[in-house]
This record gives sequence, structure tokens and C-alpha cells, in this order.
Amino acid sequence: MTARIGVVTFPGSLDDGDAARAVRIAGAEPVRLWHGDAELHGVDAVVLPGGFSYGDYLRCGAIARFAPVMEKIIDAAGGGLPVLGICNGFQILCEAHLLPGALTRNQHLHFRNRDQILRIEATGTAWTNTFQPGQEVLIPVKNGEGCYVADANTLDELEAEGRVVARYVGGNPNGSQRDIAAITNQAGNVVGIMPHPEHAVEALTGPSLDGLGFFTSVLKHLVGAPA
Amino acid sequence: MPRVVVDVMLKPEILDPQGQAVANALPRLGVNDVASVRIGRRIEIDFTGEPDLDRAREIADKLLANPVIEDFTVRLVEADEPAEARS
Repeated sequence: MTARIGVVTFPGSLDDGDAARAVRIAGAEPVRLWHGDAELHGVDAVVLPGGFSYGDYLRCGAIARFAPVMEKIIDAAGGGLPVLGICNGFQILCEAHLLPGALTRNQHLHFRNRDQILRIEATGTAWTNTFQPGQEVLIPVKNGEGCYVADANTLDELEAEGRVVARYVGGNPNGSQRDIAAITNQAGNVVGIMPHPEHAVEALTGPSLDGLGFFTSVLKHLVGAPA
Repeated sequence: MPRVVVDVMLKPEILDPQGQAVANALPRLGVNDVASVRIGRRIEIDFTGEPDLDRAREIADKLLANPVIEDFTVRLVEADEPAEARS
């Protein structure tokens, strides 16, 4: 049976269309979820896409975290539902305390938009299991508030538990501590990533096809997961 | 009716690039004796009835501030008090 992957649209989401497209190219069925939905329509995994939910008012992701659909996602993530937060989605996951730390204004204050090399370090997660440890991938990064910060204890814990999923290579685009580009929760089902794998799934529009691996990973994870 | 004011500031250990950018612009105004500038946010809350400081603290902790990177204070002011009254 084809896996059904939910893609949430908040007011101000920008990359929900591309995320749904990436899901389809990976071989799954994208299911569009609305921020006001009080249920998840039986999806097998969820992508929180990039953009500027609620105009980035207050803090990026702060208001989206209280959307009705997020209450369901937070509950389901606790039960093992795979959740990938990309860019604004990563910010929402941190605001929802599904991931530790926070994303703040880029240290240099500029919006940064470029193709970025990442090193995948954690390949045991639901979203990275098709990569090799240490594999370098090329994926677009585009953010104004992508500087990952957390206290030293949290950073040490992430490193010790192998929860740094990806790091920036060849230049840190936003000042993120320890070059962190992506992290995961303890269970490995929730991943937040600042760059955009959904923009690197087709030769016509992306710098590589490396982003596809995140979406094929979750399909592999779902096949292997107990029903 | 008194108004609740919540002040949210980045924690001291969190870099404030906005504040730094402002500080770096001050010499262009001829100001050369400022050591640092940090930027926060002032939020004014008017309750429908008596102001509830405990409720305001809950709002601040859950939504207005992100405790990972920000500290906040909650206080009461007279509703007609202009922002500069404390200076």
C-alpha cells in the first residue's frame, strides 16, 4: 500500500507545494493537511514545510505551534509518528518542544540563499536511513532565522547521543552553533532541518537529487516499522 | 484599569545581532560611548476584568517568550501611563 505523507499548510507556508511534490516523486501519496484540522486523516508521517507561518509574528513558529493540527501532531510524534520539519517547520518543532534549542536571527543578519553542502551524521533516523554516515549532500539553504542555538549541556547531549543529524560543510550560512543544520529527538522519528531537501529532488529545479533521500528514508522506515 | 506589561529580552548569553547592528550604527550619529545595545520586546495586555498577573505569567511563559532563549518580566502599570513615564 502506498504510504500517505501529510504536508501541513499554515497561513504563510511557502514550500508546502514543493514538499508535497517531493513526497510524490519519492513514491508516496501526499496528503494536504490544513492548520485548522483537528485530525491527521490517518497519515503515516508528516512534513512541516518551510515558509513564514503567521507572518513570523512574535517568533518564527511560535504561533503555528498552537494551531489545532499541531496539537495532534505533537501527540502523534510522542507515539512515534515520523515528523520532518523543514526550515520554518524546524522552528515550529523547537517551539513545540519536540526538539531542543531554538532558531534565531542569522548571526550576520542577512537572508542567506545558496546551495549548501551538508554532512549527514545520523543515519538511524526515520528521515535519513538511506544515507551513509558521513555522506555529503548538496541541498539549498534559504533562511533569515536559521541560527541554531542551545545551551552547552543540550549541545553536548545532542552530540553524545548522536542526535546531530547534519552539519554545514564548507561554510556555516547562519552562525549555527557547532555548524548544526539538522537534529533529531531521542526516538529518531522527529527531525528538524534548516536547509530544504524538498528543493533538491529534480534535475530541472534543484542543484542535486540528494534531497530525495529524506523522503525515501521515511518510506523505508514505514515499511520496516511494526504496523 | 491597570495594564499588564510583559518585557521579553534575549538571555544575556544569546547573541543579539540586531542589537549589535544598532550599536555599530551609533558612531555614525556621533555617539561613541555606548558599550552595547540589546533589543527586546514590550507587550501590553489589557484584561477584560481585573488584571491577572498569574495568567499573564502563563501567557508569557507559553507564548510570548521562548524560555530557551529569552527571559521575561511581568508588571502592572496604569493603563494611561505613557511608555516614557518611567524615564
